[in-house]
Amino acid sequence: MENITENVVNEHSHIKGWGIDADPANEPTYPMKMYTGDDHRRMNYERPPMQPKNVEILQSNERPSLPAVFGTSTPPTGLSGKIRRYAFKFSEGSWGHWLPLMLADRVNVVEGIVDDLKQGYVPNIFKERGWNAEWKYNRNKAIQKIAIGVAVTSFLLTVLVYRKDNKSSN
Amino acid sequence: MVAMNYRGPFRVRADRNRPDPEILHPNDAIVRVTRSCICGSDLHLYHGLVPDTRVGMTFGHEFTGIVEEVGPGVKNLKPGDHVLVPFNIACGTCPFCRQELYGNCHESNAEATAVGGIFGYSHTAGGFDGGQAEYVRVPYADVGPTIIPPGMDLDDAVLLTDVVPTGYQAAEMAGIKTGDTVVVFGAGPIGIMAAKCAWLFGAGRVIIIDHIEYRLDFARTYAQCEAYNFKSLGDPVLFIKKTTDYFGADVCIDAVGCEAEGSTMQTITGRKLMLQSGAATALHWAINGVKKGGVVSIVGVYGPTGNLIPIGNVLNKGLTIRANQASVKRLLPRLIEHVQAGRLDPKGLITHRVPLEEVSDAYHIFSRKLDNCIKTILIPSTAAA
Repeated sequence: MENITENVVNEHSHIKGWGIDADPANEPTYPMKMYTGDDHRRMNYERPPMQPKNVEILQSNERPSLPAVFGTSTPPTGLSGKIRRYAFKFSEGSWGHWLPLMLADRVNVVEGIVDDLKQGYVPNIFKERGWNAEWKYNRNKAIQKIAIGVAVTSFLLTVLVYRKDNKSSN
Repeated sequence: MVAMNYRGPFRVRADRNRPDPEILHPNDAIVRVTRSCICGSDLHLYHGLVPDTRVGMTFGHEFTGIVEEVGPGVKNLKPGDHVLVPFNIACGTCPFCRQELYGNCHESNAEATAVGGIFGYSHTAGGFDGGQAEYVRVPYADVGPTIIPPGMDLDDAVLLTDVVPTGYQAAEMAGIKTGDTVVVFGAGPIGIMAAKCAWLFGAGRVIIIDHIEYRLDFARTYAQCEAYNFKSLGDPVLFIKKTTDYFGADVCIDAVGCEAEGSTMQTITGRKLMLQSGAATALHWAINGVKKGGVVSIVGVYGPTGNLIPIGNVLNKGLTIRANQASVKRLLPRLIEHVQAGRLDPKGLITHRVPLEEVSDAYHIFSRKLDNCIKTILIPSTAAA
């Protein structure tokens, strides 16, 4: 065993810091290594002061109360907010919690576009999707995508016009 | 202020009219951001894979900045201090923080109990706006933020907020024994750093597996390890078995998470149909490629619902699985030593420096892996103010 270890050391002498943190006594390693037993005191510890609650915060039903601090970004609103409130009736172990949240996220995208328009801002979706970078670094692919988009749109328009013509001739 | 604004999957922008953050708790600080990064796990948000990612949120959990204002309860920081801010929001007093499980703080996430609060990482991680902005609110300012040591490069400092600790912890949790063969799945910044750190723990052989050639080339040089493209290997598990005399690796590290490629079934069910929390291909390979009695260390991020993995093989092989979000504060003293001694070179991972205003392009470049991108940092125009 000693020879094996010695060989390993020699083989790696070119790697700066090789083996410097090797510690055979490091068992069990993280995340168990600093176990204190404090968990058994459950929620009986000195909690930090509470952040005042000035916006709606959806709280996991697996908690007895809010944590001492919480994020106040983008409180739930609109239809997506209603769906999110419904989701929080279910525990984190339930699909009833996560699937409605995914649905709410998609609804929220449409709400975001409507909000932008209401504020007189027309979102530049191509720019938001980073198409400047696509054009700069992946031009062939960008041209390919544009060509496919134009072809599909032309095809759909042609079908629509053809159907309209057929209907009017009938 | 200028801040990144999430508008939906694959759509972000920098808005100029975002409200400045305010002190909301006595232990808060307001920090003027000097560097922030786009993390590989930000891409899971960007791709719409993390539930409760709300339109209008600002992402960013890797940042440095100058303290502008502190709440009345803050004792250890003062305006003007230049700090690196761990991505975990941790109170320092709950039973989990007292065990140095700073990624599992019980006092920072209202919306979910599995994980503590994380800056700019959806409401599933607490609903805090993040650091891809000119200014950011930092809760528990006495606990996480660490004054950047004199002389340390800011680019090194910002990578100490997540990439370096996560890579290091991946190797640490693997319980590497001297001479072990370590296989790392994923040649992103975290995987490359995990490979680099595996040497510090005395690994005898380090192998990194990915499918993006420029990243594999980078890993070979930066982490001084072997690097293989799974597309040319055919079956990566069989490759691992053959290259270890049919034993299996001593340790496998999953540094990919939910957006893995390499399995049609996992891709369709996990990423396209979203019937599971992303594609668990790398985890599958890790479990099947490690030796009997071996260790699988997971730092790749998965969603909260569930994944298809061969749990029967975990049982039959007697594996140990260790996983957690990095406990950044716990690791910082040692990692700062490694950086100062030149054993780790975090800034060597940075390939792109982009103004915050061009955040849309920055996300697209990182997401599509354009221009040989490894790691992108965003620099607000107010960074030098």
